[in-house]
Amino acid sequence: MSDWKAICKVDEIPLLGARRLPRKLGGDVAIFRNSEDKVFALLDSCPHKGGPLSQGIVFGESVACPLHNWTIGLDDGCARSPDEGCTPRFAVKVDSGVVHLDLEELNSVALREVPSAA
Amino acid sequence: MKKMKLVMVGNGMAGVRTLEELIKIAPDLYDITVFGAEPHPNYNRILLSPVLAGEQTLDEIVLNPLGWYTENGITLHLGKKVVDIDRRNRVVKAEDGTEAEYDRLLICTGSNPFIPPMPGKDLEGVIAYRDIHDTNTMIEAATKYKHAVVVGGGLLGLEAANGLMLRGMRVTVVHLAPWLMERQLDEVAGKLLQTSLESRGLAFKMGAQTQALIGDKDGRVMAVQFKDSAEIPADLVVMAAGIRPNTALAIKIGLNCGKDNRSGIVVDDTMQTITDPRIYSVGECAAHRGTVYGLVAPLFEQGKVCATHLAQFGIGRYQGSLTSTKLKVTGIDLFSAGNFTGGEGCEEIVMSDPYGGVYKKLVIKDDKLIGACMYGDTVDGSWYFKLLREGRKVSDIRDKLMFGESNIGDVGHEGHSHAATMADTDEVCGCNGVSKGAICKAIKEKGLFTLEEVKKHTKASASCGSCTGLVEQLLMFTAGGDYSKAPTKKAMCACTDASHQDVREAIRKDHHLTIDAVYRSMAWRTPNGCASCRPAVNYYLISTWPKEAKDDPQSHFINERSHANIQKDGTYSVVPRMWGGTTNSSELRRIADVVDKYAIPTVKVTGGQRIDLLGVKKEDLPAVWKDLAMPSGHAYGKTLRTVKTCVGSEWCRFGTQDSTALGIELERVLWRMYAPHKVKLAVSGCPRNCAESGIKDVGVIGVDSGWEIYVGGNGGIKTDVAQFLVKLKTAAEVIEYSGAFLQLYREEGWYLERTVHYISRVGLDHVKTRILNDADGRRALHDKLLFSLDGEPDPWFEFEKAGVDARQFEPLGVI
Repeated sequence: MSDWKAICKVDEIPLLGARRLPRKLGGDVAIFRNSEDKVFALLDSCPHKGGPLSQGIVFGESVACPLHNWTIGLDDGCARSPDEGCTPRFAVKVDSGVVHLDLEELNSVALREVPSAA
Repeated sequence: MKKMKLVMVGNGMAGVRTLEELIKIAPDLYDITVFGAEPHPNYNRILLSPVLAGEQTLDEIVLNPLGWYTENGITLHLGKKVVDIDRRNRVVKAEDGTEAEYDRLLICTGSNPFIPPMPGKDLEGVIAYRDIHDTNTMIEAATKYKHAVVVGGGLLGLEAANGLMLRGMRVTVVHLAPWLMERQLDEVAGKLLQTSLESRGLAFKMGAQTQALIGDKDGRVMAVQFKDSAEIPADLVVMAAGIRPNTALAIKIGLNCGKDNRSGIVVDDTMQTITDPRIYSVGECAAHRGTVYGLVAPLFEQGKVCATHLAQFGIGRYQGSLTSTKLKVTGIDLFSAGNFTGGEGCEEIVMSDPYGGVYKKLVIKDDKLIGACMYGDTVDGSWYFKLLREGRKVSDIRDKLMFGESNIGDVGHEGHSHAATMADTDEVCGCNGVSKGAICKAIKEKGLFTLEEVKKHTKASASCGSCTGLVEQLLMFTAGGDYSKAPTKKAMCACTDASHQDVREAIRKDHHLTIDAVYRSMAWRTPNGCASCRPAVNYYLISTWPKEAKDDPQSHFINERSHANIQKDGTYSVVPRMWGGTTNSSELRRIADVVDKYAIPTVKVTGGQRIDLLGVKKEDLPAVWKDLAMPSGHAYGKTLRTVKTCVGSEWCRFGTQDSTALGIELERVLWRMYAPHKVKLAVSGCPRNCAESGIKDVGVIGVDSGWEIYVGGNGGIKTDVAQFLVKLKTAAEVIEYSGAFLQLYREEGWYLERTVHYISRVGLDHVKTRILNDADGRRALHDKLLFSLDGEPDPWFEFEKAGVDARQFEPLGVI
């Protein structure tokens, strides 16, 4: 059973941009919105050197990490070839323009990652 | 759905590469069957020479072990020569009766050695040099026999001769032309090569025509006879007089192979044969626009194009390649490319040191490098090849051209120029910290063949590019062959085929005002570009149509979106503006208070004469800016950064001009200026040049009678000394000329192109024509700059006007 928690409205996330959701128990979650108003959530940490993905340039269904320009897929959290590595992703539900994340996931996924300092 | 059937005839490098590309993009489209005449899986034919020379083993040069075919579900018929193809019923038939049906057919039969018709060519001990079997025959012969003759002093012949000599044979190379490798080298370089090979023990017979091969009573070759009836002993004769496309099968089944069937299998830009749309051909058997290529880079490019068409994507065209030549004989460096023989209207620059064994010749025509031939010192080969392909004008670097890229300033690999002598732990790429060992490992394990692939996989040479020559040498020794990418007009990024220049021109011509309009009208392949093209297009819009096109904040790199520099831990640095590097006690007090209040861990003086506050949390940025109450230093943008000054005549006992005052004035005019890349200025008050004006985008040096202006300097990856533009009398003139130059750069520069690269692309003469010879044009440029900058907001204080999305500083509540 998912425990959906309302986080923000879709239009509170910049178009082709992201917002950051800090967690008390673990690393921040980055919530992205692309040009088609699709919303994605990933741990705010690049699999390469932990760069804050929420600060990257969003295009198509990808984000470019602001530190070394790795391209990370928003749908799967994985680096595009030839780079390798994945960052944890979080399930997203959009209901009447409101973004929901699964509280159980937020309280259990990637808790041991170092919280971003940003 | 039932899969289609793809049959490949020939199991060589170009063909298998095509399959690899195909499987990458359309893994489930075809059932694939491969016929190979040799009993081996695909191996690196280019590395047969190192195997012959005993430097590598056969196992090491296998590219696709048998397991690769199994893993990819490919039916492999080894040692089965295809003898016929029924095009009507679409069936391939092998010598042993094996048959395979096809929907698509790929013919990659490669080439055959050319054996000149002469008596005795069928004797035992007379072989060509083409495959593993030939190589093994030579290795075996070297253990039993003494005298070897190689017919043909080209690339292949010399590599064979060198290998046989290293295996203990006495080798004579017979060559028809007056010097070696006459199609790849000029006479001087060819003779230097000969001298060097002679000193290693090879013998040569030049300008000699072979008439017959003479056999002993057992039918084995024993001598080579020349036209003048002279004879030399030979227990082994290697025929290396060239190769011909292997088109026997293609001709048999009626594919067009050019006039009198003398060319290769004729294909179009999609690598489809012009005769049968179901049949494709790549590699040394294919003739594209009249040319048959024999080097790896063009063939792999053909493979890539062919794969996209087999995958039914219908994109990509192969448009031909420029190639260069290197010899794989360890310890001998030679390189040639383009037209190195010169001719009408060509100029030559030659450096010749026959005793030192170094020779370099560059051929220039219409201010462009069109050919290069080098012997002994080839580390700059790839740089020359790049200049040649790009058709860059060379007048500005002509005086240093001969001495190579390192002479126009480059750092980062400790001056290494010979990859072979480096240790595995030595760093090749100083930008990304990649060692020689790491590069060689990646080349071997991931089967990399081109510079582009090495860049992608290892990041070596992917940043500043100054180690490109070393990486190419490593590719050469590790994978063999020549690996220069073919020339293309450089597309902005993978989203489009349009170049930066195309986009700039379209925006001006069609008066585009939004990124979307550009993407739609120029048929972008992606809905909203990527992290490379979007910032570039956004810049082109606002620089071409100031006050009309609206800046898009989401198309800026994070630093320009948050107006601070992101650091490796995700915090930011803040650099307030200090006009001309001057400050005062109240600013310093405020800085000190901010550092305490926000617990900023590091305070550092920058190279641009200001103070950097490092480790600021993103949510603190707006408050830090407010408390500092100093203008944004724009240290984070493709903008005017600083105007560095010395103290000048106000204090300095040597100062001739008030450099500080002029620097402050320039900075006040130019701040908030966005540009293709960052822009740095300096003003020195006398020729002692304490502000380092010689390495700035615009450097001003005060002399007793006025000011000298230098442009295009750079103190970064490559140290570029600025070039003299003009000498002026007054400070007002300095501001007008500098502004006009920077506006020209803003309008014509490509995104991320520093002034030095902009000037080298368009030529300093162009800049002079626009800025010095055209007074009205200069004033118009300067006015346009002032118009663009008029009323531009300070992003630290006017969020709305500057398009700063304040939501970025506030996290969404805490979970």
